[in-house]
Amino acid sequence: MTALAETVGVLRRFGPLVAVDDVHLRVDGGEVVGLLGANGAGKTTLIRILLGLLPPTDGLVRLFGLEPSRETRRRIGYVPQGLGLYDDLTPDENLAFAHAVFGGERGTLPQAIRPLAGVLVGRLSLGVQRRVAFAQALAHRPELLVLDEPTSGVDPLARARLWETIRETADDGAGVLVTTHHMDEAEECDRLVVMADGRVVADGTVAEIVGDTRVAVVRTDEWERAFAALETAGMSAALVGRTLRVPRVAPAAVEGALGDVPARVDEAAATLEERFLELTLSGGRGGAAA
Amino acid sequence: MTWGVRGLMVRFGEHLALAGVSLDAPAGRVTGVVGGDGAGKTTLLRCLVGAVAPGWGEVRRPESRRIGYLSSTSGTYPDLSVEENLAFAATAYGVPPVEARARAAEYLERTGLASARDRLTGHLSGGMRQKLGVIRAMVHRPELLVLDEPTTGIDPVSRADLWWLIARAAAEGAAVVLATAYLDEAERASWLLALDEGHALAEGTPDEIAAAVPGTIRTSTERPSGDASRRSWRRGARWRTWTPGAAGSVAPQADVVRPDLHDAVTVAALARELAVTAAGGGAA
Repeated sequence: MTALAETVGVLRRFGPLVAVDDVHLRVDGGEVVGLLGANGAGKTTLIRILLGLLPPTDGLVRLFGLEPSRETRRRIGYVPQGLGLYDDLTPDENLAFAHAVFGGERGTLPQAIRPLAGVLVGRLSLGVQRRVAFAQALAHRPELLVLDEPTSGVDPLARARLWETIRETADDGAGVLVTTHHMDEAEECDRLVVMADGRVVADGTVAEIVGDTRVAVVRTDEWERAFAALETAGMSAALVGRTLRVPRVAPAAVEGALGDVPARVDEAAATLEERFLELTLSGGRGGAAA
Repeated sequence: MTWGVRGLMVRFGEHLALAGVSLDAPAGRVTGVVGGDGAGKTTLLRCLVGAVAPGWGEVRRPESRRIGYLSSTSGTYPDLSVEENLAFAATAYGVPPVEARARAAEYLERTGLASARDRLTGHLSGGMRQKLGVIRAMVHRPELLVLDEPTTGIDPVSRADLWWLIARAAAEGAAVVLATAYLDEAERASWLLALDEGHALAEGTPDEIAAAVPGTIRTSTERPSGDASRRSWRRGARWRTWTPGAAGSVAPQADVVRPDLHDAVTVAALARELAVTAAGGGAA
């Protein structure tokens, strides 16, 4: 099967800076792929290369088996974080405007938000605005949908509704590429690609990426003292509720660092965020933890 | 000392922003307020710090110089350097300069901002500016530290640094109140209030909220048909469907899931939506 989007050994330089380095990425029809990375990891540059807005310095880019062009761009739907809607038009007027400018089919609103078709976009909740932006991006039945933090700022129910649309789009055969900083969103994807310093450092399902990474978990009635003791020992403890989670350190070493602070130290499976930080920070600053 | 609000009612014209909301913020605890856009999080936080006077209800807060507040629009001066911003805040709060410098230096070092101390704040990345905003809000060791969506739009590495600052403030005894739109982040608070359109949806520790879901939640590969489809939502590649009733009223079955915080808040929002629709209110 031809990939909807594919990069093979793509490299992009900006002067002396290598923003994207030997990246192999593939998005097939019917799958939702999440692209994760800290700021400066190269996500935006990679997306711009994929959309055909920026040529790679080296490597191969294929969209629908073809070189990126205006023609291939027509087959892509894109929802930026800023949504790209006009606040002082209604959802209906926004869809009519997009139709008039770009041609193709006119977008239709999901049943549940049709009663709001005549309200100015600026007066709608962010969750509804996002659904309107989706309707606009999906109007021309794109084969590849690219979404930038698609559910940022909305409540869990509104997020679930947005993911229904994303999933339906994939179920209908389109490929979806989602960039996000939030693990809530990442965990909705079928597969994740993690970038750090321009390179792909992990690729797979959440379970595959987390693998058998473990963290030490400190349970204590005196978490404040434990936090201070671990800091003194140079260990980065993350506060979760009233427990402390310490990555990359064996429980025995954590016990040693705690000294006379009464505590129970166990091991637990790392979360996706903890694993992500480990992948991103290894070789980097190393000062921060989850 | 426990700060907080009780029975808070706030109206902006016709719009009811908060409808009888209560929240305790004890010293040394990270208290989370979670909800989507328009839920009332900012109004609640602004009442707590004294920036909005509630129409009804009680607010307990320390005197203003003992409060640290980061608004959602960032509280730093773009045309001052990182160091000047912190020196200004320390002076305004009466922190002795030697003490302020030592504390600022430690926080900047620990959060990767040390090399940026001479840069103009307006030239910093969003993550750096947000970290500076939190440091500025806590440089005077406030008793009550209120942070309005400090991590929105911030990448996970900066978010980890921000959480280190939050933990540090709580470890030093501050009552920390933090608003977020993200449940994975809210899960890190010791105690949580979920808001929806000015109403409290759920409150307690994240585990308590998850355990208190009424009825049962089932998982399936297909969306159920008929009435049940209105009570279902997508979670990953599968569907979940909520059936109202007493908690744990069904014997363990393979398709019954043990709810987590996500499920709990989704069910609470669904229950409210269904009740509003049944009462003839607006949808969506």
